[in-house]
Amino acid sequence: MELENLSTKIGIRNYNFFYGDFQALRDVNIDIPENQITSIIGPSGCGKSTFLRSFNRMNELIPSANVKGEIRLDEINIYEMNPVELRKRVGMVFQRPNPFPKSIFDNIAFGPRVHGITTKQVLAEIVEKSLRQAALWDDVKDDLHKSGLALSGGQQQRLCIARALAVEPEVILMDEPASALDPIATLKIEDLIQELKEKYTIVIVTHNMQQAARASDYTLFFNMAEDRAGYLVESGKTIEIFTKPKEELTEQYISGRFG
Amino acid sequence: MSTKTKDFKENIARRRKIGNIFLALIIIATLVGLLMLTILIFDITVKGADWVSPQLFSNYHSRKPEKAGMKSAIVGSIIVMGLTGLFSFPIGVGAALYLEEYAEKNALTRFINININNLAGVPSIVYGMLGLAVFGRMFGIFGPNSWLVTTFNLPVGQNALGGLEFDLFGFSFLHLKFPFGRSLLAGALTMTLLILPVVIISSREAIRAVPNSVRLGSYALGATKWQTISNQVLPIAMPGILTGIILALSRAIGETAPLIIMGAFTYVPFLPESIWDQFTVMPIQIYNWITLPQEEFRIHLAAAGIIVLLAVLLSFNAVAVFLRKKLEIKW
Repeated sequence: MELENLSTKIGIRNYNFFYGDFQALRDVNIDIPENQITSIIGPSGCGKSTFLRSFNRMNELIPSANVKGEIRLDEINIYEMNPVELRKRVGMVFQRPNPFPKSIFDNIAFGPRVHGITTKQVLAEIVEKSLRQAALWDDVKDDLHKSGLALSGGQQQRLCIARALAVEPEVILMDEPASALDPIATLKIEDLIQELKEKYTIVIVTHNMQQAARASDYTLFFNMAEDRAGYLVESGKTIEIFTKPKEELTEQYISGRFG
Repeated sequence: MSTKTKDFKENIARRRKIGNIFLALIIIATLVGLLMLTILIFDITVKGADWVSPQLFSNYHSRKPEKAGMKSAIVGSIIVMGLTGLFSFPIGVGAALYLEEYAEKNALTRFINININNLAGVPSIVYGMLGLAVFGRMFGIFGPNSWLVTTFNLPVGQNALGGLEFDLFGFSFLHLKFPFGRSLLAGALTMTLLILPVVIISSREAIRAVPNSVRLGSYALGATKWQTISNQVLPIAMPGILTGIILALSRAIGETAPLIIMGAFTYVPFLPESIWDQFTVMPIQIYNWITLPQEEFRIHLAAAGIIVLLAVLLSFNAVAVFLRKKLEIKW
């Protein structure tokens, strides 16, 4: 994928991922551009979420996981970093909103607190800033001590985004962030992602091709091989992938002939 | 055609009849349990209600039934249960956390799991013998002629039992006695061992019930494992853990055999002043009264004692229910 004059935020070289003996990803080579929205599309089971979870080493939480190859964040190998530090720099929003069973304030303050910020004033500022960035401040500013679980689904997901923003990451990973939400909430999330692109690098896995087409700058298309390992078929600017794809498989997937 | 329709209807009626019979059977099963409980409560109320008087709480046991009370037993039970809760909470919850959050799923962990499950079923009298050997007598290593005493020339007592007493770091309030003998401490430690398997099992259930999405959300923010456990997992699991401990304690409060074996007394005409003192507990007092010949003891005071014990039991369970409701996380 040519990145023109964009810099690479995350570089992936010869990346292979295994769950025990089963190979889930094969020989992935790609660069993720900084301050752009990169979407990952492909049929079910092709390893999109596994690939996404590699960037913040969340895969390690599964005991049988092992890895070959390299992933570099700003030229530093992420396997040579402390995972705690990595996850502060690379945040994640999950498919189903998962606010903690605490107040809105404590949900967002949790991240800064575990990284050592304890001053009430500073925490309050961070909470407000994060909620504004996530376009949730006006909805909740009157009662930050309400439980995070009392919000609607779309609001909960924005709360999770605010929570991720509170630790000031550089990259935000989103695993089908709007798939559990209604269409209006989905549009709000997509607008939010467009705003966030200015300051953050965003990588988003999506099943929804229309969403990928309208909401992202670059697209990676993965497919599942015969032995069920996932591999990168094609990558490039979204507009080119969707209008003049280079690979036939890509063209077939885009036009809905499989997946 | 019409024959088929008729068969169809009859089947429904028959199925409903079977369902009704089943419903009747399970109602009867419930009633049996309820009936037994009612009979028990009725029986002891008739026999003992008149004998539940202030003197039951203010007097020690006496040979005269009009003067007899269970003060030392009530206090003993409360202290033993308090200490047991204090000891079993950190050990039980700690073990449960290790097994659920840290331990790898290998053969050793499976072995530990099997053993804990087995230990939950060991008869309580065995724990009494264990407590006597490990805490009460400490295998005799503080006896006057043991290898420990002769090797280190320890200043043990002059009688046949020996025994080492000293002030830790010189503080008189840290006065220690080895072995623990027939003390409250030994009793509480014995009961701790007894309820520990149950506490571990129920704590594990509570920890396991915490949704994994909470852990993932916490790790994704850069929290360490311990931060995730202490800030997210434990608070959510706490109501379940507390309920488990309180229920385990409410079973333990009625245990007689293990405490008799490790040396609780039946006649204790004083209140314990420290954990090194001798003691008795309510079930032992009740048992003692049942064995006495006079009807006042055997029937009336024993029933009164049972009423007090049941009242304490009910309040333990009420606390468990209250705490559970209060601390429950609303998802």
